[in-house]
Amino acid sequence: METVNIKINGKPVVVEKGTKILAAAKKVGIKIPTLCAHNDLEPWAACGICVVKVEGSPRMVRACATDVVEGQNYITHDAELQGVRKTVIEMILADHPNDCLRCARNGVCELQDIAADFAIREIPFKRNVKDVAIDDSTPSLIFDQKKCINCGRCVQVCQQLQNVWALEFIGRGEGTRMAGAGDVLMSETPCIKCGQCSAHCPVGAIYEKDETTTVINALKDPELHVAVQIAPAVRVAVGEAFGMEPGSISTGKIYAALRMLGFDAIFDTNFAADLTIMEEGSEFVHRLTNQGVLPLITSCCPAWVDFMEKYANDMIPNFSTAKSPQMMQGAVTKTYYAQKVNIPREKIYSVSVMPCTAKKFEITRCDDMKSSGCDDVDVVLTTRELARLIKRSGIDFATLEDEQADSPIGHYTGAGTIFGATGGVMEAAIRSAYTLVTGEELEEIDIDAVRGMDGVKVGEVDIKGTKIKVAVAHGMANVQSLIDEVRQAREKGSEPPYHFIEVMACKGGCIAGGGQPYFTDDEVRAKRIAGLYQDDKECTIRKSHQNPEIKQIYAEFLGEPNGHKAHELLHTHYIPRQKYKK
Amino acid sequence: MGKMTLEELRNLRNSAKKEMNKRDTEGKDIEIIIGMGTCGIAAGAKETLAAFMKKLEENNISNVIVRQTGCMGLCYVEPTVEIKAPGMPNTIYGKVDAEVAAKIVVDHIVNKQLVSNHIFDRPAADIIK
Amino acid sequence: MAYKNYILVCGGTGCESAKADDIYKSLLSAVEANGLESDCQVVKTGCFGFCEKGPIVKVLPDEAFYVEVKPSDAEEIVKENIIKGRLVERLLYKEDPNSAAKKDADEIKFYQKQVRVVLRNCGMIDPENIDEYIARDGYGALEKVLFDMTPDDIINELKVSGLRGRGGAGFPTWMKWNFSKGVEADQKYIVCNADEGDPGAYMDRSTLEGDPHSVLEAMAIAGRAVGASLGLIYIRAEYPLAIHRLEVAMKQAREYGLLGKNILDSGFDFDIEIRLGAGAFVCGEETALLSSIEGNRGMPWPKPPFPAVKGLWGKPTVINNVETFANIPVIILKGGKWFSSIGTEKSSGTKVFALTGKIANSGLVEVPMGTTLREIVYDIGGGIKGGKAFKAVQTGGPSGGMLTTEFLDTPVDFDTLVAAGSMMGSGGMIVMDEDDCIIDVAKFYQEFCVEESCGKCSPCRIGTRKLYDILEKISQGKGQMSDLEKMEEIGSAMKKAALCGLGQTAPNPILSSIKNFRHEYISHIENGKCEAGKCKHLVTFTILEDKCIGCTLCARKCPVNCIAGDKKVPHVIDQSKCIKCGACYESCKFGAIVKR
Repeated sequence: METVNIKINGKPVVVEKGTKILAAAKKVGIKIPTLCAHNDLEPWAACGICVVKVEGSPRMVRACATDVVEGQNYITHDAELQGVRKTVIEMILADHPNDCLRCARNGVCELQDIAADFAIREIPFKRNVKDVAIDDSTPSLIFDQKKCINCGRCVQVCQQLQNVWALEFIGRGEGTRMAGAGDVLMSETPCIKCGQCSAHCPVGAIYEKDETTTVINALKDPELHVAVQIAPAVRVAVGEAFGMEPGSISTGKIYAALRMLGFDAIFDTNFAADLTIMEEGSEFVHRLTNQGVLPLITSCCPAWVDFMEKYANDMIPNFSTAKSPQMMQGAVTKTYYAQKVNIPREKIYSVSVMPCTAKKFEITRCDDMKSSGCDDVDVVLTTRELARLIKRSGIDFATLEDEQADSPIGHYTGAGTIFGATGGVMEAAIRSAYTLVTGEELEEIDIDAVRGMDGVKVGEVDIKGTKIKVAVAHGMANVQSLIDEVRQAREKGSEPPYHFIEVMACKGGCIAGGGQPYFTDDEVRAKRIAGLYQDDKECTIRKSHQNPEIKQIYAEFLGEPNGHKAHELLHTHYIPRQKYKK
Repeated sequence: MGKMTLEELRNLRNSAKKEMNKRDTEGKDIEIIIGMGTCGIAAGAKETLAAFMKKLEENNISNVIVRQTGCMGLCYVEPTVEIKAPGMPNTIYGKVDAEVAAKIVVDHIVNKQLVSNHIFDRPAADIIK
Repeated sequence: MAYKNYILVCGGTGCESAKADDIYKSLLSAVEANGLESDCQVVKTGCFGFCEKGPIVKVLPDEAFYVEVKPSDAEEIVKENIIKGRLVERLLYKEDPNSAAKKDADEIKFYQKQVRVVLRNCGMIDPENIDEYIARDGYGALEKVLFDMTPDDIINELKVSGLRGRGGAGFPTWMKWNFSKGVEADQKYIVCNADEGDPGAYMDRSTLEGDPHSVLEAMAIAGRAVGASLGLIYIRAEYPLAIHRLEVAMKQAREYGLLGKNILDSGFDFDIEIRLGAGAFVCGEETALLSSIEGNRGMPWPKPPFPAVKGLWGKPTVINNVETFANIPVIILKGGKWFSSIGTEKSSGTKVFALTGKIANSGLVEVPMGTTLREIVYDIGGGIKGGKAFKAVQTGGPSGGMLTTEFLDTPVDFDTLVAAGSMMGSGGMIVMDEDDCIIDVAKFYQEFCVEESCGKCSPCRIGTRKLYDILEKISQGKGQMSDLEKMEEIGSAMKKAALCGLGQTAPNPILSSIKNFRHEYISHIENGKCEAGKCKHLVTFTILEDKCIGCTLCARKCPVNCIAGDKKVPHVIDQSKCIKCGACYESCKFGAIVKR
């Protein structure tokens, strides 16, 4: 590692070559304020607040975008810098609605924090708030351009991290604003509802469609039997909203809180993750042994499904027809569970708690999502909404005693829980596919090749002499190279480059989904992922096919994996879609 | 001419130089050079060009070649025209509309007299020889 | 039959009022008295500039340039100059001994303030005929760099020449080239910035229209120097004629093998493509320009890294503007030393200006660096239109500052302009007279920046607007003295924190005018008065009872019918309805309407 010796406010520090001043300052405990820089993104240098001085130069430079230079001393805070920053912040506030009390980001807003730190008591400039209507055209997200401070993160996320290009800057001069590409409603853009824009937005300009009140109303309805499921990634993140460390496993606390909130049945999506492995794993083994279309590509991630239907619908034959765990859980809740407790499906209200905004869209993606005869899932809350619901109900989350989920569709294995991390679906599938093919149990079940934060991971699994080539991609932009490889092989008529591909739209997987608590970066991702692998380790059963409740549901209700009933309830189909509506 | 070698370029330069200095091609020894930049065209240089052609034809004048060039810098008096005629100083005329063009043909080209009120000075000497 | 001599008498407005007509008549009679009617023609001409020194008389073919000529001098001019062929020394123009501009005295007629280096071929050759360019040593520089010079020689020649970028900031061109040359890369690019966007500036357009090959040749030279094989010209689509001329020139150059593969059998490949810009001012900023070429929104990115190191598609990219390139073939041919002999020590060569505004002779002028504003405005531009009083000159367009009379004798170069609170910019030079209101002008530029900010960084996007808002308030008479401080506060934040040159310089017109024209701001704020009568809210039109004869013309012209009065009875303006359009003021033939 090539290093550079610099000084921050006179204090010597050695950093890696190529480090930005902002990061170097952080190393010596100096926080340089910014509203646009984000560890996930290349510096965009929009807000103008992170300016610092280089000793000996009259200019100010952007700390977010400037590499440190050997021998230089950077002044990060002095009266002049504070003055310039304050003026810029005042100008930003002059163009902002400042309606904090009614804002989704009240209390978790980067602009609010900075305004507090700079003791802004008045705005000395003429107010000029954008006059743009709120766009709530998708089931997932709300875009309120009035609050946008043009930091550019959402556009960068959508274009660079996700390669979706549903958001762009339009207009010019002072009229510049982020908007749906072509300035159309978001529902008419190629938006995949991943919600990464909302997770990166520093203010309340993009936020999830809040359904907490819908859920509260359902809970108070005496006619309804309200069932809830929680996704794998929720358990290692929701605690952050209550001051817990990222990655703290709070499964038991969540069950307890949900029970206190009045849910009638507490289930876990991890159960359905195990179910997914049974279906998708069987599908894979079937294709592998019957010269089916390969590679098989996972379909658990609704944002990825939406992306594929718009940008790569030639891949439809490769897609697993297995529904996502959320939808499987919903389907069995309103059929299998409904039968067991003898409640008509119409009286069961199915709530899911997801790390994901696209899940709100998935429940109406196509008619297959009504396999029970009515909506399999009625409403989706994101992790952020769950935290809000718990707080609103006065529950002191951090001190709750752990409780258990309900049977018969509430128990899970370690394979189910790792679905929330990139590579987890693949790892879980391998653990069971091995058994499905060979009839024997895999001994070494930690598959390191598919773990970790590399954007594309490839590996090879030996199933008793059959080499299975697998690939894992996360962060939508990383998928393109895999798709291209598959297409090339198909055009040439050669062997597919892989047998099995896992894709998750969000970097790191669901643990960093668009509905997770704010301030996610790679450090937070790593902790949440570690939490899930820890949960996996702590499970006595770590392979889906060994889950007793899974065995039970096939024996009592579903019959065979990929069998007739399973197909009716647990599988779906895909539709080529236009990128732009109209 | 196709792609050139160094030698061919040098030969072309020499012959083109002579050509430019001689300015007597096929019996045409008088030049009318019209400033055809955006400024000139906006001020009506195309109409001026048409007027010259018309007047030359009317007077059966065949020893004149009409050419175009870029902006001479005298934007306030566009359209501008330079006349090069043997025995007379090279002259730049400004604000040359159709009427002035006709007058230039008759007075300057035919009668060898300068036309009053429209002469302007070339703003700078040609120092790059 | 042609005449032997021609006596040209300047008939420009300035000279006309200084009795040019009498001189013309005196010369005519002197010619007649000496029987020279068939040898000598006396002609009245258009304006020759130098109006302060008028009337001007010029004798051809001797090129004698007489200034401050009186009718009584006619006889002497005819007797001495025409008959005896001797110049009348006492009337000859003598150069201002104070001028800082170095000129090559041997080659330039000393009365000419202008020198043509960049514009050497403009107005001389047919831009659509490559042979004419070649005849004027065109592609001779390319020939020289391909066969007689190493890339280091080329860069060294530029270093000796002292050429600085003509796009505005004046960065030494050789350094840019040298940075690029020093970077290892599989591909490098040469980009010509022809995105001329300052209001009132058209130097580059004229250069491309008049001499497109000079830019093509220079780009190929740059390619040779840094090791690039592709050049891109980024030009605004609003310049159709320039684009056409470039396309014709490129085609001809390719046919001759002066662009393309293996140029002149030297083994050097270089070709050029055109990229059209949509006319966003910010795309003149080099990183925004590159973003635009890459197909993205024209938004600047932070520097460093500089494009010379990491530019177009991440590759080393030399970006120079049209005028910078147009200098290069001459530097190669005549030598860096020759070039550095023109202009001042730190700013060598010439600068082309588009001289516009309240100037008698607007036009494209090229002067050696170091020429004073006075020489440009009065000697070349012929002074202020209509003989009004000079108020200010704006250099550097929306990024520059307003310079007052006290700067008239400042030699114009990169550094003196910055020291005076303005900047060279690309060469727009807008002259203002007593009828211009400084607040109004500052508002114009600020509005331009509000619209042309790329919208990326908050200091610029919001700052330009806040500045405009305050100016608007002041122009409406609602300003406070604290607003001046507020503008200075915003301005200094923008200068320090804006991402690119546009935002960093956008407050310049305001900051410089607060400094140089503070009294005008005070007069708007404290007295509620706009002396120039431009700020509508601060102007009242009233009809003087004693002068109005009741002709009713003003009442008929008034678009809102707010003037009342019977025929032959003094009229009255209803101030509550008046929209201050000034139609009445313009129409009154009796001077009965006053604007205050």
